[in-house]
Amino acid sequence: MVISILPLNVTDAVVRRRGKTLLGPVTTTVSDSGLSIVMGPNGAGKTTLLRLLHGMERVSGGGSLEWQIPEQDARALQAFVFQSPIMMRRTALDNVAYPLMTHGVSKKDARSRAAEWLERVGLADSAQKQATVLSGGERQKLALARALIRKPEILFLDEPCANLDGRATREFEALLLQAFKEGTRVVMSTHDIGQARRLAEDVWFIHHGQILEQTPAAEFFASPKTSEARAFLKGDIVE
Amino acid sequence: MAAAGAGRREGHQSGCMNEILAGLLEAGRLILTFDADLIEISLRSLQVTLTAVAVSSAIGLPLGCWLAVRRFRFRRFVIATLNALMGLPPVVVGLIVYLLLSRAGPFGVFGLLFTPTAMIIAQVIILTPLIASIAHQAIRELWAQYHDLLISLNTTRWQRIATLLWDGRRALLTASLAGFGRGIGEVGAIMIVGGNIDHATRVLTTAISLETGKGNFSLALALGFVLIGLAVLVNLLIHTLSRTEVSGRW
Repeated sequence: MVISILPLNVTDAVVRRRGKTLLGPVTTTVSDSGLSIVMGPNGAGKTTLLRLLHGMERVSGGGSLEWQIPEQDARALQAFVFQSPIMMRRTALDNVAYPLMTHGVSKKDARSRAAEWLERVGLADSAQKQATVLSGGERQKLALARALIRKPEILFLDEPCANLDGRATREFEALLLQAFKEGTRVVMSTHDIGQARRLAEDVWFIHHGQILEQTPAAEFFASPKTSEARAFLKGDIVE
Repeated sequence: MAAAGAGRREGHQSGCMNEILAGLLEAGRLILTFDADLIEISLRSLQVTLTAVAVSSAIGLPLGCWLAVRRFRFRRFVIATLNALMGLPPVVVGLIVYLLLSRAGPFGVFGLLFTPTAMIIAQVIILTPLIASIAHQAIRELWAQYHDLLISLNTTRWQRIATLLWDGRRALLTASLAGFGRGIGEVGAIMIVGGNIDHATRVLTTAISLETGKGNFSLALALGFVLIGLAVLVNLLIHTLSRTEVSGRW
């Protein structure tokens, strides 16, 4: 049995940039399974938290992130889907194959596995198109395939559906749920409360760089503990 | 008086037009008759500049890319210097290379002065900052776009540079072509280090300079038109080739 990289223990992690504290101090544990939805108003620190967990933000001060295996090895078993998908100037197929090609898989094998993934996300017909000509929904599905191709243990998604319409969002959620059912740990941020209700197993509510609540979804939506979360769910403007 | 002056001016103007026309005709004649001297100096122009562009690109493109990706203490200073060096006066470069390669100079033993190699060396010095600077601009934009993805995918620094060079190849081609444009029309440096020796280091630009000095305007113009034609031809050729290589546009 291969040792899992999870659970991840976060202790007093703070992210500061130019003297301004963007996040923290955050102390939490990311368990080894589940689908967590990160919610909170704009600027609360959702993106920063995901980037911190993924190792893209430096921890300021004395805080730490502890995976179950050394950080360098843990990095290889994570993936990130950005709010606006980054399309490389290559064909859709080569975009999906890229993570494999940079990690020692031969071009031929990488492309054949990428073709399987494109099939799976419904983009097989667009394999030879330049990724930059794809539509918004197609781009985000491509980004999901690219994130999942190396079979990450944990997948972070930063408001992946923020720029998608209803149909594209539904397709994206279906693909995400399938990956989750196959055992991928998912941590996703959104400020779409409907989407959170549809997907969440547990909810992390963030405000002013602090995790105010970390509760099972049913409990969170029925009786939020903090007044900020109550106001947020009611649709009030939380500042 | 005034009428006579106007007449003289008209005569002068038509004389000028005649020179250009004669130059065009002469250019046509030289090309159609496969003039041996013309072919020789045209090929040498191409040989010197294309070699210099190849060497400069091999140095300048990765350098520009590296400067875009790497963060280090004197980065801004290096980039500012590079941009300033784009405007390096060719005559001064020629003079310095001349001194370095002359018999008494540090590299005198190689006997390179007044050879095409010396001309290539001088052009490499002129073209590399230009190519590196344009490459840096182009790659910087691409890197801003790719940054998060390549960091997230845990790529090594060399993989990042290779990816940026490959995905930015169109923009980098433009950098190389700009270098070619500067090199093929350059006269100051190669005149000094090459010496414009017939059948040895004479190229189109130095020949034009020589013929103009001799008052041989139609021949000088003819060579000028050949030079322009050559520059356009190479650009068109490379663009056509690169377009057939990759379908689609981005």
